Amino acid sequence: MSTAGDTIRAAFLPLTDSAVLVAARECGFAAEMGIDLQLVRTESWATLRDRLVYGQVQAAQMLAPLAVAVTLGLGGVPTPLAAPFKLNVNGNAVVMRPDFAAALDPDIAARLNDPLATAHDFATAIGLYRRKPQIGIVHRFSSHALMLRYWLASAGIDPDRDVALRVLPPSLMLEAMRGGEIDGFTAGDPWPAAAIAEGLAEAVALGARIWQRGVEKVLAFRSDWLDDHREVADRLLLALARAAAWCDAPENRTQLASLLGRSDYVDMPAALIERLLSGQFTPRIGAPPLPVEDLILFHREAANFPWRSQALWIWSQLVRWGQAVPGAEAQAAAGAVFRPDIYRRALAGSGAVMPGASAKLEGAVAMPTGVGAHGGALLLGPDRFFDGRVFDPEAIDTYLAGF
Amino acid sequence: MRIVIIDDTGARASVLEDGLREAGYDDIHVVPPTGAFVSRIERLVPDVVLMDLGSPSRDTLEEMLLVSRALARPIAMFVDQSDEQMISAAIDAGVSAYVVDGLRKDRVKPILDLAVRRFTAFARMQAELTDARNQLADRKVIDRAKAILMQQRGLGEPEAYALLRSTAMNGNKRMAEVAEALITASELLGGMK
Repeated sequence: MSTAGDTIRAAFLPLTDSAVLVAARECGFAAEMGIDLQLVRTESWATLRDRLVYGQVQAAQMLAPLAVAVTLGLGGVPTPLAAPFKLNVNGNAVVMRPDFAAALDPDIAARLNDPLATAHDFATAIGLYRRKPQIGIVHRFSSHALMLRYWLASAGIDPDRDVALRVLPPSLMLEAMRGGEIDGFTAGDPWPAAAIAEGLAEAVALGARIWQRGVEKVLAFRSDWLDDHREVADRLLLALARAAAWCDAPENRTQLASLLGRSDYVDMPAALIERLLSGQFTPRIGAPPLPVEDLILFHREAANFPWRSQALWIWSQLVRWGQAVPGAEAQAAAGAVFRPDIYRRALAGSGAVMPGASAKLEGAVAMPTGVGAHGGALLLGPDRFFDGRVFDPEAIDTYLAGF
Repeated sequence: MRIVIIDDTGARASVLEDGLREAGYDDIHVVPPTGAFVSRIERLVPDVVLMDLGSPSRDTLEEMLLVSRALARPIAMFVDQSDEQMISAAIDAGVSAYVVDGLRKDRVKPILDLAVRRFTAFARMQAELTDARNQLADRKVIDRAKAILMQQRGLGEPEAYALLRSTAMNGNKRMAEVAEALITASELLGGMK
């Protein structure tokens, strides 16, 4: 599929949100730009990080909070990373064992549509359960973990005290559920759906209902590599933008699902992946699927644009949970991980719609709203947090004081 | 020096353990990354932890290293971040290592070098084994296909072999693939088993 040209190796984890990278390689978008994009399947975030930091790969599909954490040196030696392109928005869910979920609203659509009420029911369920609930998370520095904490805390649950968060890779979550090691987990597609399909768990919260436009995976590079390889990086981003548009188009879903289902990519049934791509979410075994149109976004609404405010929201949550020490310098470094400047440079003249600003209020859009943009109209979808809070990147201290 | 090897393929762990014992290390523990492996490691209080870079359990281990109270001293990934050459060698070989911070580099380097060599040797051995298995399987399939041709078309053995080979070459396929197809077709047509 590839032509001779520049080789870029990119590490990925078997998840639906590797779609844009997979499509860029398999559908020829990278080759068209003269890039031989080689994808390196990786089984843990630690190894994905090491491969990127030590140069075995030049790019990686990374948890956005992990890119911030690596840059700040949280739990390791700091290595500046740059994320000029988001690979997707949304795409994760929280699932719990049916005996735990029995204490929540049995009307599962109502349960998922009202995260605030469900968080309070969850608090009650903790007291009724036979042990402190063991909840699997894929990494402490994952969007899912930050959203889970945010959601639980809204009902007064202390995620560090009232539940036990256990780190497990997505591919081992099902096994841990079967073995009774964990009572539930939060992970990206298709793992929650796979646990539900097996009857191991049912949905208790959807990422897209906790934060309607939640930041998820980014394409991360080492900052120094990106500085030295601007021209190639720009071509890669252009290829990814085309691949992302292709992934979002409904007519390509079947092909995308069968690509992702392959054993060298996600290695899960294509039918399961296709239902998720179509926004059909089955919340409990035997239940009719719920239509969730914003289950995962690859391209529309400028989903790939790395809003600085989203990196800063991640920073605010790391500070909130004591995982980062507050400070102006670290805050600036965290915000600078997202690189809208490179996105603009790479996609200039490509016909991509460019937002006028590089940061915005997060959680302030209640219904589809047109915003200032160049190169076309940009309609942003609703991006509210379920508790109605609005994150102002200019007033982080005030925001944090409000919790 | 207490060394913990986290591994679920018994073979790789013993290749590494043997090497370390030969080199004079005798406080070695192999822990498979299943169930409550984290609390086992906490109880062991190791100085060095070695693990396959490809293991999906690395995130679980790193989380433990971050939060564990049993290990009072901080543990750093690899020995010396400045030793890029050693780190690349380790990553290429698929070794990840965690070391108690403050442990002298000259005490840890030989362990890591040895792990890199043993991991590489093990990977080579496995590749050879897989090759040998595939070759054996191929030969069996080709023998069966040859027997079908000899019986059904009255060919001699060298002619049957030559026919399989030329068909494979013309179709740009492996001989084993052609043989496999022939066997399947023959089974479907109710021919010999």
